[in-house]
Amino acid sequence: MTAITDRQKLQYIAAQAADARVNVELEAEGMTLNIGPQHPATHGTLRIVARLDGEQVIAAEPIPGYMHRGYEKLTEVRTYAQVTALVNRIDWLGSFANEVPFILAAEQLMGVEAPPRAQWIRTLLFEMARISNLILFLGDMAVQLGAVTPAFFAFRDREYVLDQIERVTGGRFHPNFDRIGGLKDDLPQGWLADTKATMDKVRAFCDEIENLLMGAEIFQARTRGVGVIPPDVAQQYGLSGANARASGIDWDLRRDQPNGMVYPELDWKVWTHPDGDSFARFWVRLQETREAANIVEQCCDGVPGGPIMAKVPRIIKVPAGEAYVSTENPLGEMGYYVVSKGDLTPFRVKIRSASFNNVSIAPWILRGVYVPDIITILASLYFILGDIDR
Amino acid sequence: MSDDTTTTEAETEAAPTDEQRDALVERFREALGDAVVDAEVLPGKDVWIRIATDAWAESAEVARNRLGARYFGFLSVIDWMPSPFGRSMDSEVDRVLAGESAPEPPAMEQGVTGGSTRFQVLARVAHVGHPGDFWGVTLKADVPDDSLTVDSWVRTYAGADWHEREAWEMFGVSFAGHPGLRHLYLPGDFEGFPLRKDFPLLARQVKPWPGIVDVEPMPGEGDSDEDGEGAES
Repeated sequence: MTAITDRQKLQYIAAQAADARVNVELEAEGMTLNIGPQHPATHGTLRIVARLDGEQVIAAEPIPGYMHRGYEKLTEVRTYAQVTALVNRIDWLGSFANEVPFILAAEQLMGVEAPPRAQWIRTLLFEMARISNLILFLGDMAVQLGAVTPAFFAFRDREYVLDQIERVTGGRFHPNFDRIGGLKDDLPQGWLADTKATMDKVRAFCDEIENLLMGAEIFQARTRGVGVIPPDVAQQYGLSGANARASGIDWDLRRDQPNGMVYPELDWKVWTHPDGDSFARFWVRLQETREAANIVEQCCDGVPGGPIMAKVPRIIKVPAGEAYVSTENPLGEMGYYVVSKGDLTPFRVKIRSASFNNVSIAPWILRGVYVPDIITILASLYFILGDIDR
Repeated sequence: MSDDTTTTEAETEAAPTDEQRDALVERFREALGDAVVDAEVLPGKDVWIRIATDAWAESAEVARNRLGARYFGFLSVIDWMPSPFGRSMDSEVDRVLAGESAPEPPAMEQGVTGGSTRFQVLARVAHVGHPGDFWGVTLKADVPDDSLTVDSWVRTYAGADWHEREAWEMFGVSFAGHPGLRHLYLPGDFEGFPLRKDFPLLARQVKPWPGIVDVEPMPGEGDSDEDGEGAES
């Protein structure tokens, strides 16, 4: 340990001053701010490079790919039954929802249809996946605005839903439960009653979040009028799900294309919001969580008896053909374009994931916003990295 | 904008008759003339339209601005070449990589609406109108084997930007008129085009295929043909 002389101190200060001058020079020409790839606000490994003019973003470029797992290639060497284990990991917060469109596409090619009981349970689990996904959004959005408490509520209450999913499928996050022609197993005894009780907790959580956040001045100031997406731009970029509905586009694949699901038989509502800002996206998702709880309850009441598997061969060879089936996943439209050559494995699977399109609008929407708003806008667009990088 | 409850309206959409989709094909034919090479309607489910390569950009224009398909779903490429590795789904190793001679690959065969080139570009667009008024269409076009270039859709659908970048790096298909074809997922110095059929999947070479157990046939079924091979391992 040596004492620091005054001379050294002066040198240090001079060096700092020199650095500061450099910074000033950079700022005049526009500073580049790098966010990520490891950053708490990006839910994973999304990197954003933003060029700034003062506090304002001139141009922002998201750089995905740090977690690309090549599922489209891997599906070519997996049997149809194995693909579900892969696609579980695309949107890992709503895993079951990832399996459904793929299975539906395979079923369309094979000309099989799941028996009614399987369709009802599918819908049920699909909405449970949506709830477990959206609950985390509702808590996480608050974190991005500086309020930490809602996140703990979210993690606490999501667990009730995950417990129910685990009781049926054996997996909290990766159920791998959907099969071509039906489901792996039937529901355990007493599950339906417990699930209905869980939905009360979900509603209580929604009320809690609404009371905590929606009226808060900071929340309003940071989200109202921030990151406005007009409907036409939203459609051009292929925004779907709650992001589109928050821009006033009244479109929900559950209602408009309910293939293989029982949504037409249920009483529910599509929520839209005309504003298109961050607040609208939060609000729509909050309402959707409540609506999903309603749907789950109705499914619990309505599940008919009967088999849970249609007659399918043990070794599944899907007849040659092409099919594109998409469903309204928690994050938006998720679809699989499946090309079959009549083999055990798909010839090609194009995975159309919602977050990929939802984030591709980022360069457009981040232009001209202030630095702190980058975080709230991205949080309100709500993406899962696995859903971008596939 | 309306918050109408619409479970009832789903019924009207749930039965989109063939006529609707046939009419859609007709409208494309009217607008594009001979550029509509082929079309196929799967009644009640889906519709595919193959466009001549030259009219690929124009078809986007027509779909979006004239027919109202303002929603951009996705854009991608299919490589129709059969795998040269003999990786039939039941072979345990990639035969070429294992030093064995490749089996005769089956002839290249394009899927729905046909085609004549190795690569085809395909895109999905949709019309989202008032509740229940929704249709989607898959457009396809051949990618010329020599130039491997088609026109870009970015001018019409801004969202095609990332999709074309992905298709470019994964398949090596270029999009003329794209504002900046650069890597999206892969590192800048990556060589090769991973989603092409002749790009080896090395993980398959060093490890036996994990799915081999599932392929084992039940006693009495899946006797002599390709199903049987897996069972011997």
